[in-house]
Amino acid sequence: MQLTLWTYEGPSHIGAIRVAAAMTGVHFVLHAPQGDSYADLLFTMIERGQKRPPVTYTSFQGRELATNTSELFKTAARDAIERYKPQALLVGSSCTAELIQDDTGGLARAMNLPIPVVPVELSAFMRKENWGANETFYQLVRALAGPHVPPPGTPRPARAPGQRPRCNLLGATSLGFRHRDDVTEIARLLDRIGIDVNVAAPLGASPADLARLGDADFNVVLYPEVAGAAAEWLKRSFGQPAVTTVPLGIGATLDFIREVATLAGIDPAQALAHVPSRLPWYSRSVDSNYLTGKRVFVFGDATHAIGAARVAAKELGFTVVGLGTYSREQARDVREAAKLYGIEALITDDYLEVEAKVAEAQPDLVLGTQMERHVAKRLGVPCAVISAPVHVQDFPARYAPQLGFEGANVLFDTWIHPLMMGLEEHLLTMFRHDFEFHEEAAPSHLGRGAAQAAERPADPVAVAAAPAVVTDTSGPVSAPVATGEIVPVWTADAEKELLKVPFFVRGKARRNTERFARERGLAQITVEALYDAKANVGR
Amino acid sequence: MGCDDSAVLRERGQREVFCGLAPIVWLHRKIQDAFFLVVGSRTCAHLIQSAAGVMIFAEPRFATAIIEERDLAGRADANAELDRIVTRLLERRPDIKMLFLVGSCPSEVIKLDLDLAADRLMRTVGTGVRIVHFSGSGLETTFSQGEDACLTALVPHLPAAEAGAGRSLLVVGSLAEVVEGQLQRLLEGLGIERVRFFPPRSSDDLPPVGPDTVVLLAHPFLATTARSLEARGATRVSAPFPLGAEGTTLWLKAAADAFGVAPERFEAVTAPAAARAKMALDRYREELSGKKIFFFPDSQIEIPLARFLSRELGMELAEVGTPYLNRQMIAPELALLPSGTRLSEGQDLERQLDRCRADHPDLVVCGLGLANPFEAEGIATKWSIELLFTPIQGYDQAGDLAELFARPLLRRSRLVELAPCN
Repeated sequence: MQLTLWTYEGPSHIGAIRVAAAMTGVHFVLHAPQGDSYADLLFTMIERGQKRPPVTYTSFQGRELATNTSELFKTAARDAIERYKPQALLVGSSCTAELIQDDTGGLARAMNLPIPVVPVELSAFMRKENWGANETFYQLVRALAGPHVPPPGTPRPARAPGQRPRCNLLGATSLGFRHRDDVTEIARLLDRIGIDVNVAAPLGASPADLARLGDADFNVVLYPEVAGAAAEWLKRSFGQPAVTTVPLGIGATLDFIREVATLAGIDPAQALAHVPSRLPWYSRSVDSNYLTGKRVFVFGDATHAIGAARVAAKELGFTVVGLGTYSREQARDVREAAKLYGIEALITDDYLEVEAKVAEAQPDLVLGTQMERHVAKRLGVPCAVISAPVHVQDFPARYAPQLGFEGANVLFDTWIHPLMMGLEEHLLTMFRHDFEFHEEAAPSHLGRGAAQAAERPADPVAVAAAPAVVTDTSGPVSAPVATGEIVPVWTADAEKELLKVPFFVRGKARRNTERFARERGLAQITVEALYDAKANVGR
Repeated sequence: MGCDDSAVLRERGQREVFCGLAPIVWLHRKIQDAFFLVVGSRTCAHLIQSAAGVMIFAEPRFATAIIEERDLAGRADANAELDRIVTRLLERRPDIKMLFLVGSCPSEVIKLDLDLAADRLMRTVGTGVRIVHFSGSGLETTFSQGEDACLTALVPHLPAAEAGAGRSLLVVGSLAEVVEGQLQRLLEGLGIERVRFFPPRSSDDLPPVGPDTVVLLAHPFLATTARSLEARGATRVSAPFPLGAEGTTLWLKAAADAFGVAPERFEAVTAPAAARAKMALDRYREELSGKKIFFFPDSQIEIPLARFLSRELGMELAEVGTPYLNRQMIAPELALLPSGTRLSEGQDLERQLDRCRADHPDLVVCGLGLANPFEAEGIATKWSIELLFTPIQGYDQAGDLAELFARPLLRRSRLVELAPCN
């Protein structure tokens, strides 16, 4: 048994539903008790789906366990086909149904249904959401494209003269992090360099589309978590090579173009010469100087975490102080990536462990999932979301891909805006002693009355005793001070001096100084100690 | 007036409802020193966090002990694993005074005996912690029945009321603090001095029960809890539920009659509050009167809500669905429904959707899985779950309750320049 307070990934059948819901013409009969129908709300509420996902839950009850759950399954399958007239029927079991051991695949096959039946074994007690999506997509591809596989050893037919190279775009699902816009963005990018998309799947594809996957010259795997197994099978069966670089950020997008061009046999020079993204210039502009060395903690699914770390380090000049994933299946890739930044990867699906590591790393910015957004909020650290699990906010009304050149623009905006802008930060530092420009002062445009009211008492003792304004980490996760350790005390002068530190970095200055004092065994923190700490820690 | 048995449509098919684990979302906020440990699968964990929505706390007081392959394959002893998890959990959370081991569909199918586990753990690790088992399994319980199961499991732990201490009133069912306060003031105004609420906010404040206890249910879904309290000698008084001005008055009246409160006093205490409630309802009557409403089954409070909306706001009832119709608990409500109201019990989702579309209702009360698809079809909806997370009982919430139904309609009347959806 595993104690779980909160989970990054849902059960494997949620992954299966994400694939089914992304497609058209597929219906999924899920052998499951009534409560499992909660899954629908993920699609209708988070993604604002206008239709229920195409799932029939057999809704078996306790009293039926000993008698007729298999009959119930067959009735549900028959009714679903009659009502929805799908081109293919996906069948599987959720956790409880797996325990009662009805063979859904066998039952459905025995019904001699007029459409292809694709059974999927979801191993609910071993596997999770992304694995379920990967397995389901693989089984669908194998079942539907399988009949078109040429005999082994058949060479791939040459492209007709004048015909543009074609690829499949694989991996986008429902409830994927910006998958909707990524598919559009990468299809446009490919079109610009002279490549057509044969089929994009699962998102937007029908069973008939999957049947013609073999027509493409190669595959583009946008999200290996979902399309890895299918791409492997397509490579084996149709001899289609796969592009595995995920075009997240400028560098990766340029690599992606090179890789695609090689497989397509076209010249990428023109595409590489012109980069239609503002990120390169914005990152070079003087305002971005202050981004240099900002400490960033990255956590998410493997694809987004690895990609984000690369952008952070090589395109924005951040220092990657943490890199981790909840995707154990891709742990090796993340460990490899972490080595590039001289750190050890964090592989865990325990968010409390992630929270502890974030607190320990004291980053300036967290790039994570919605859970890290909560964690960062508690720690008072800016955060941008880069990965599933998704939230209604991750389905913006506007076009906001993560991949490709437009995706790079989106990354710049969404990661940089939570940080204070450079010029603003510079001015705040410059004027930090100004009588009108400290955190207790009301904005001057509100007039003298407001300013006076705000300037009133400000009892220095009370102010000094107040917790740091911005970056108070005294939450439940901050490491408790071990008994016996010296707890340094701030002198009144040092507290007063600390107030001269701009408020948005004061919490950090306080922490750094206290750590410095503890390390040196100082009982008191004096003004001298404050500046000693500053000199030692640097920025 | 009054609905009889012949009008009930009993359905069996695909369901679109939560299981009994979902009430953990509000129960853990109610009993503030309790921890709910579901013994189940990743699905259970995901369900609760999805139902809880944004309510992700630093470290919530609910969790799932996820059964894994090795527990099933016999490579690990599930009981030993559970003991290990509970021990670790209680070490980590010394603030926890009551631990609920919550059964689930998978724990039931593999016949993990959690009653036995609770007893064992009480003996081994449970110093200062009460460990109680109930089942929230969707195989047996639908949504709010989880609260019934939880409270039923607590009944044996209630202290015996002292003999000769006098009669007391026990209000049963989770209510918002603000509602409890209002009801308490009214009941005290009636001269009923010994009023207790169950579940309590703190697990060491369990209310006593005995032959002098009068039980009044705040929700219709607590039939088993009521029976268990009766088995401990308590007397249950039957009443409509305290939704709307009329419902609240009749609910209070049942208490007043049980305690022999004079009619004049009852009138004097309740009339001002009832008048205030009616005034608040007047504001929404124009919007709601004559509008047709369709209830999908959810928490069993559909029938009291339908009674309120039809009698106090003039709404027309197309269909009132309920996951489970407990005739005994709901009899006073059924008597107030317009005769011939179409009631349905259980669910066959697709057929119910067909009936709903054919009815062309103005408003559909349904779960979150159905709401946006209905809106996309042009049918206004009210999320049923909000009716459980919002304080709606009592006189001073009657207006708020009406507003919940009026808002979707009002919103539509404002959005006059939107293009069709794409």
